[in-house]
Amino acid sequence: MASASLDAAWIALGLSLKVALWATALDLVLGVAAGFALARLRFPGRELVDSILLLPMVLPPTVLGYYLLVAVGRRGWLGGWLEGTLGIRLVFTWQGAVLAAAIVAFPFVCKSARAAFEGVDVQLEQAAHVLGLGKVAVFFRVTLPLAWRGILAGLLLAFARAFGEFGATLMVAGSIPGKTQTLSIAVYEAVQAGQDDLANLLVVLTSATCVAVLLLAGRIAPMRIPGRS
Amino acid sequence: MLRRVVAVSLVIASGVAAAADLTVSAAASLTNAFQQIGTAFEAANPGTKVQFNFAASGPLLQQIARGAPVDVFASADQETMNQADQQKLVKPATRANFVSNSLVVVVPADRPATKSLDDLARPAVRQVAIGVPAIVPAGRYTKAALEKAGLWPRIEAKMIGAQTVRHVLDYVARAEVDAGFVYSTDAALMPDKVKIAFTVPTEQPVLYPIAVVAASSNAAAERFVAYVASPPAQAVLARYGFGKP
Repeated sequence: MASASLDAAWIALGLSLKVALWATALDLVLGVAAGFALARLRFPGRELVDSILLLPMVLPPTVLGYYLLVAVGRRGWLGGWLEGTLGIRLVFTWQGAVLAAAIVAFPFVCKSARAAFEGVDVQLEQAAHVLGLGKVAVFFRVTLPLAWRGILAGLLLAFARAFGEFGATLMVAGSIPGKTQTLSIAVYEAVQAGQDDLANLLVVLTSATCVAVLLLAGRIAPMRIPGRS
Repeated sequence: MLRRVVAVSLVIASGVAAAADLTVSAAASLTNAFQQIGTAFEAANPGTKVQFNFAASGPLLQQIARGAPVDVFASADQETMNQADQQKLVKPATRANFVSNSLVVVVPADRPATKSLDDLARPAVRQVAIGVPAIVPAGRYTKAALEKAGLWPRIEAKMIGAQTVRHVLDYVARAEVDAGFVYSTDAALMPDKVKIAFTVPTEQPVLYPIAVVAASSNAAAERFVAYVASPPAQAVLARYGFGKP
């Protein structure tokens, strides 16, 4: 029992880290792009778009999970297309868990990126442009490095949120040991089944991992975590 | 974590605030029938409000074991109620079996029906939804039946574990899985989305016990247990497809 539950706990931890890392990577690309667009482009309905992109932060995860299940399920418009043309299935797969985690964590990156880009002095970009850099080069060599610390803080929060994601993940990816049963879902199931030994092990492991992430976050971006001055 | 603490506090607080209400924890498969019985019971007992807590029998037992303010417990199998009995969580004298059910395999309505347990083990069936046996009685009956047929390891490999038997039904109705194990009463709720492929013979008969929770001091609890065995309540249960105990 002891070694079996220890194995199960490590597998769940590994899966949680894998899902959270992929979700954060996805959010890095999408969140930075969206944050940059919101900070720099002027278009009608910009604040409405901003609010909609922020929705995953305020909507209950079960609502998101239901939206996702309806959209990417086999009978959903997107899910049917994905399975029919690309042979990709998201429901009950770890990729589905990544999608759910990426969506709930997205606002953290998008919001931080927008604020960081808005804080970059436009004159520095203009100077770089005058000195002969193209638009893409200005973004990667001037704008992004200047905004990086703010974005990094958002990424750490996004990772933490993705790591702890529960509701939407359970609805979309289910609870398959070794495949989609992340730490938070394993804790839920252990408590449901009255397996207190396993639950104790899992919560200690989860708490230790979270403390480690926070310590790391404090090292990498000591000043930029909102709420800390 | 904080979210869950808040949620749990809210549940506890509301239970305390409404201490006069009769709280019934019942197996998920009883959801529709019990809601109707609850309304009829309230009509027959003015001043009594019934609130239901539906989930898989396993978690319901865990909640009661941890002191949840529950008055009546109805589980979908004897095993869970036996555990409640051993832990002295229910009053043994009030325990009674009130309905029976049968285990079936369902498939999405537009798919060809599998004919036997052996068919489920074939590669054409990729995913099978089963209630997690440690939590869900329907899953426990399923596991026992598959073990007897010598098919458990092969089907476990493609099992999608569900938190209640109703989740299994939902997965099949959405065609996210190729087949699932539910009760015939569950299958009857979605005739347009799922169809019964075949009935699974179970080692133990599927008999639902009900009992008053030991910690309950609500006088309406015994009345509710008696009401469930009465002709009007049995008629409701029969309408949803439950059999006589």
